[in-house]
Amino acid sequence: MPLYLYLGILLYSMENKEIIPNLFRTEYQKIVSVLCSLFGIQYIEIAEDIVSDTFLTAAETWSIKGTPENPTAWLYTVAKNKTKNYLKRNTIFETKIVSEIKHNAPLQNPEVDIDLSDQNIADSQLAMIFTVCNPSNSEEAQIALALNLLCGFGISEIADAFLSNKEVIYKRINRAKEKLKEENIKIQNPNLSEIQDRMSTVLKTIYLLFSEGYYSISQNTTLRKDFCTEAMRLTYLLIQNKNTNLPETNALMALMCFHSSRFEARTGLNGEIILYEDQNESLWNQELIDRGTYFLSKSSTGNTLSKYHLEAGIAYWHTNKNDTIEKWQNILELYNNLIILEYSPIVALNRTYALSKVEGNEEAIREAEKLNLTDNHFYYSLLGNLYLQVDSKKALNHFENALNLAKTDSDKNIISKNMQKINNLTE
Amino acid sequence: MNEFLLIFRRDFITKEEQPSPEELQQHLQQWQNWFGSLAAQDKLARPLQRWDGQGKLVNSKGVTNGPFVEIKESIGGLIIIKAKDYDEAAEIAQGCPVLNFGGNVEIRMAV
Repeated sequence: MPLYLYLGILLYSMENKEIIPNLFRTEYQKIVSVLCSLFGIQYIEIAEDIVSDTFLTAAETWSIKGTPENPTAWLYTVAKNKTKNYLKRNTIFETKIVSEIKHNAPLQNPEVDIDLSDQNIADSQLAMIFTVCNPSNSEEAQIALALNLLCGFGISEIADAFLSNKEVIYKRINRAKEKLKEENIKIQNPNLSEIQDRMSTVLKTIYLLFSEGYYSISQNTTLRKDFCTEAMRLTYLLIQNKNTNLPETNALMALMCFHSSRFEARTGLNGEIILYEDQNESLWNQELIDRGTYFLSKSSTGNTLSKYHLEAGIAYWHTNKNDTIEKWQNILELYNNLIILEYSPIVALNRTYALSKVEGNEEAIREAEKLNLTDNHFYYSLLGNLYLQVDSKKALNHFENALNLAKTDSDKNIISKNMQKINNLTE
Repeated sequence: MNEFLLIFRRDFITKEEQPSPEELQQHLQQWQNWFGSLAAQDKLARPLQRWDGQGKLVNSKGVTNGPFVEIKESIGGLIIIKAKDYDEAAEIAQGCPVLNFGGNVEIRMAV
């Protein structure tokens, strides 16, 4: 987002709460998708400029005249007019793009029809998702580009998600755009073989987006619901199209439903994280749990067992808080499969926790000590918890190490509380 | 870090050596946890691969279908792991569930 636009929106939103930033998040990429589908990837910056300009006009106009009754319709009308004006004004556009547009959507009259109907927005976004996830870019670049273009996230948010700096992400996104232009990638609905090739990147991008919202460590506002909502919206878009409605798409949706069902329960009054064991189950959203169960059943067809299936399965077992041996055996089995499929330190630690529930703490301690993740505060927190009933002095040592490594206030608070509990017991 | 091939062998033929269905169930669970444990330590050098229990044996006399009567032990499976040296690879192999049924693990280092 250009600085002037950012400032305009900032000034406006000081008066009008969050209307424009929220609309920016939901509508910016919709209009950009429709315009890009119409113009072609070569003119992506022009599409972005037109939409940015629309939001700037909104910020200016609404701050004087107040917010219109239907802000979205207002934005669409202004975006359409700005596009038409641009087409009339700009000779490059007339000579180069109009022929392209005619090619894409043959028109009776020379006036360009900018279709911002729900159906065309959905089609354009699906086409954009697959354009962005084109294998001509590295997976990393595809993900950054998707977060920016499909979800309207700013460079700094994406940099946080990647634990990288803004400069790097800015360059990465621009290079990725250039690459799509060089290769002259068409923005069109993907065929079946393209879906097969690119579905895993598409789902991974959406999954990362959700995780960034759910586990956000870069911001102190512990929950970024809009990240998660955005991820679920994109997944639902894929489910609604019969070609992209695959078992793993449904598994990802199930996973996100189960996780989001605990939104209200996992933060306290002061924004602090409440761990699963301490959550008030009555705050869990039963409707989302039911939807998750529905999508999970939809996902269990075919032969694919993706990591989303496994994670959704784990999340499913967590929707019942009662500890039964059956529950933890199932969770351990799912974690075994998950870690075999793809190594990650967090999965390794969670697996070991599940092991403690099945095989007991002493066995889990032996396994945990083999993991050797000595730069990870969760590693020491896990050991601290496992030692709690075995050796309180060792437990305290581990929590101290965890405290030294923890970065966020909410992590530090949780660790301090655990240390306090031990101190209270031993005094 | 080196890569080591671990080949699991045991007797799949002699009736008395075979686990009961309950034992087999538990045995599978042990394999699963062992693989999970190796993966959690990031020791798997390749994705796991399942192999069928049939197989064929070729020698100068021709081709025979498995399981093989003349060689008592046959391959149950194999994995490739990451380990510092033979000592570490052997230590890892000592946790292998195949040992619970009188089997063995052959180790080779990739060069």
